[in-house]
Amino acid sequence: MYDLIVVGGGPAGLAAANSAWQKGLKNILIVERDKELGGILNQCIHNGFGLHRFKEELTGPEYAARFIEMLKDTGVSVLLDTMVLEINDRHEVHVISAQNGYQVLQAKSIVLSMGCRERTRGAIGIPGERPAGVFTAGSAQRYLNLEGYMVGKRVVILGSGDIGLIMARRMTLEGAQVLACVELMPYSGGLMRNIVQCLQDWNIPLYLSHTITDIRAENGRVSHVTVHKLDENRQPIPGTNLEFDCDTVLLSVGLIPENELTRAAGIEMDPRTNGAVVYENMETSVPGIFACGNVVHVHDLVDYVSAESERAGAAAAEFVLKGQREGKALELKNGADVSYTVPQKIRADDVGKAADVFFRVRRVFKNSVIEVHDGEKLLASFKREHMAPGEMEHILLPRKILDSAQGGQITISAREA
Amino acid sequence: MFDVAVIGCGVIGAAAAFELSKYQASVVVLEKENDIAMGATRANSAIIHAGYDPKPGTLMARLNVAGNAMTEQLCKDLDVPFARIGSFVLAFSEEERATVQALYERGVKNGVPGLQILSGDEVRQMDPLVSPEVVCALYAPSAGIITPWEYALAFAETAVVNGVELRRSTEVTDLKKIDGGYRIETNRGPLEARFVINAAGVQSDKIHDMAAPHAFTVIPNKGEYYVMDKSECYRAKHVLFQCPNADGKGVLITPTMDHNLLVGPNAQNISGPVNTGNTAEGMAFVRAKAAQTMPSLAYRNAIRNFAGVRANTDKDEFQIGIAAEHFIDLAGIKSPGLSSAPAIALEAVKLLNECGFAPEKKEHPVLTRRKKRFRFMSEDERQAAVRENPLYGRVICRCETVTEGEIVDAIHSPIPPCSVDGVKRRAGSGMGRCQGGFCGPRVVDILSRELNISPLSVLQDGEGSNILMSETKKEAQA
Repeated sequence: MYDLIVVGGGPAGLAAANSAWQKGLKNILIVERDKELGGILNQCIHNGFGLHRFKEELTGPEYAARFIEMLKDTGVSVLLDTMVLEINDRHEVHVISAQNGYQVLQAKSIVLSMGCRERTRGAIGIPGERPAGVFTAGSAQRYLNLEGYMVGKRVVILGSGDIGLIMARRMTLEGAQVLACVELMPYSGGLMRNIVQCLQDWNIPLYLSHTITDIRAENGRVSHVTVHKLDENRQPIPGTNLEFDCDTVLLSVGLIPENELTRAAGIEMDPRTNGAVVYENMETSVPGIFACGNVVHVHDLVDYVSAESERAGAAAAEFVLKGQREGKALELKNGADVSYTVPQKIRADDVGKAADVFFRVRRVFKNSVIEVHDGEKLLASFKREHMAPGEMEHILLPRKILDSAQGGQITISAREA
Repeated sequence: MFDVAVIGCGVIGAAAAFELSKYQASVVVLEKENDIAMGATRANSAIIHAGYDPKPGTLMARLNVAGNAMTEQLCKDLDVPFARIGSFVLAFSEEERATVQALYERGVKNGVPGLQILSGDEVRQMDPLVSPEVVCALYAPSAGIITPWEYALAFAETAVVNGVELRRSTEVTDLKKIDGGYRIETNRGPLEARFVINAAGVQSDKIHDMAAPHAFTVIPNKGEYYVMDKSECYRAKHVLFQCPNADGKGVLITPTMDHNLLVGPNAQNISGPVNTGNTAEGMAFVRAKAAQTMPSLAYRNAIRNFAGVRANTDKDEFQIGIAAEHFIDLAGIKSPGLSSAPAIALEAVKLLNECGFAPEKKEHPVLTRRKKRFRFMSEDERQAAVRENPLYGRVICRCETVTEGEIVDAIHSPIPPCSVDGVKRRAGSGMGRCQGGFCGPRVVDILSRELNISPLSVLQDGEGSNILMSETKKEAQA
């Protein structure tokens, strides 16, 4: 019987396991499907990781290495090259591996940290032929950075998510021509620093409110892409077509938390995040099962994944050592121009000084204010100079504000100041 | 000189080859693509139709009903995923009620078993998400769903095991009548065969015209589809057809054997070179039509679009027969071709007999095939599979739970795949919600290792579809 089984050994799982160990759990297992720990960080060889956490600029593998190093001083055990096939509310974890075959492991608590996957061409229904040369940005990144292969020479990128922006620069550095980055929305989905450093610095044009309307092929490979400007209803405007001769299309059109195990375990899901509904301590609707990182909601910065996951690991330790939290839960609702909140529920009695709340806004804001309401009553407000959908927002809700809410739920909203 | 050359290895050519492989005859199958089942067979509705649709008295009616009846046992023997889940043809108006009645009567004449007309409420009891607008439906319990490329692979692999020679990437460019048979010109040199069977799908009119006077013209007709994630499979428990009308056969919604939901197709004649690209108009048409059957259908969980091309002709009938001396057409095989395939294969043998070719049966032909599918195994079977081959413990495709063992087995199967999509059709890797985003690079790696080729030579699909372009830092190493 394990005190804790952590599903996934990426940044979230590593931080959760470490933190649970620091809080006194002894018998901890990380199950990782890849042949090494670190998750997607291993292919993110650019720098910019760890500015918040370590106050320095690390590459992805360096950031992962910091946490893997920390693990060495603990008794946390790791199963690599091992796939979790099923978990359930009895805290059983079904795993399979070439070394050990099929096993059912039992744990007192579980942390879900499976990360996310990329949205594909099929999810957004791009018309055209289906030749080789259409990649998700992350797959192309893996080929380039881990396997050492170029996937193309003339590239059009659809979507301005961070991986796409990073790949625009990376492909350019390796000698490819990145002809355009095309974004459906009137604003970018990526971090401002990536727009500047990965597109502007390399004179790669960003077409906002545009999309790919046709992909053509020659001899089984992408040969041509048509791009159109979109009207207010996101419909292509005839006659605005831009034509690109290219051999490759990279897609950076969003990330989806990978929650098939979570759903199969009967854990309550939030359709807004595609992740589990979680409490203030990252506990899911099944007592003793926690979730953290991109499997709960997609983050921009790994630093915040680590912080969230440390809270989940600590909470798993508290669950095993002290038992289940019993406080009455306050529900968090998203109000005007806020697309979701994490956590979705807060047990105010169990909050120390303040509860962290993360969310995203639906549009770009300048000089704005975040408001917390209990019905009509304004409980708190927070000023922001700039907010954008591509940048996760965070507020700290003091305990006394939570205690003052009468209606059983509070609403987070955003507006111009 | 071969006894028989089959031109084309879609499900029709494959089924014919399988049937012929039971006889003492030398058979060669010529396929222009680098894998089998690359045309209509891999991109269709994946339905084994009951047989109420074709006009009574046609070959289509007879072979559909006969083929349907053969499918279940064949799929058991050859280990092909098939389920007789039944189908509805939904009527949304009194006018369509009359169509349903007419289809019922046609079906009875065609010998379709078990047909019933059910009320809208009865339909919704069996398939709760069907539109409240449905007034009645034709229920055909003998309709089924199948994995069509696997069906063709099962036929072709078993034929190969029985000694049939398959030549891929071999395109027939001309046929010349010679004494006692044909000289067949191909891009890879000539060969000779006493009898030729034309199963060339969309190209079957061109092949026909090489040996016989022009008799029919293929009018390629494209159909576009959505594939939805497994989380949407619950939406349909039966094949949900709409009434055929002036706009075509209507759009269907059906579960698939991989527990996805399939929505489509439209029907668009194409002129010019055949391509299977999707179009914004086609996809919008499918969405609009499908909403009629199931208003709650949403596309948030779509995982792929595809399009297939039907070998429709200017004749409302399969073109099956002896078209010239020693030359047999299995041509113009449109819907219900997949359903009819095994019956068409029997027809081919009969026609060969009529041409005077009646070989003896082999004493012990292989008539069965077995595949290991980790995702459908019990815990004990999984444990046993890993013990026997540790590669069955390494999951490569996480969405579909396909192991390295299955992928390696596929690569060394009787018709070895030479592309990532070839592996996909055999093992199921990359079929799921991430569409190969995670497993693609691993499958490239495994193909490169098992075939002892550079990853740069690994194809996505057909010829020329190389995935990778060059090594990085090549000049630095040199």
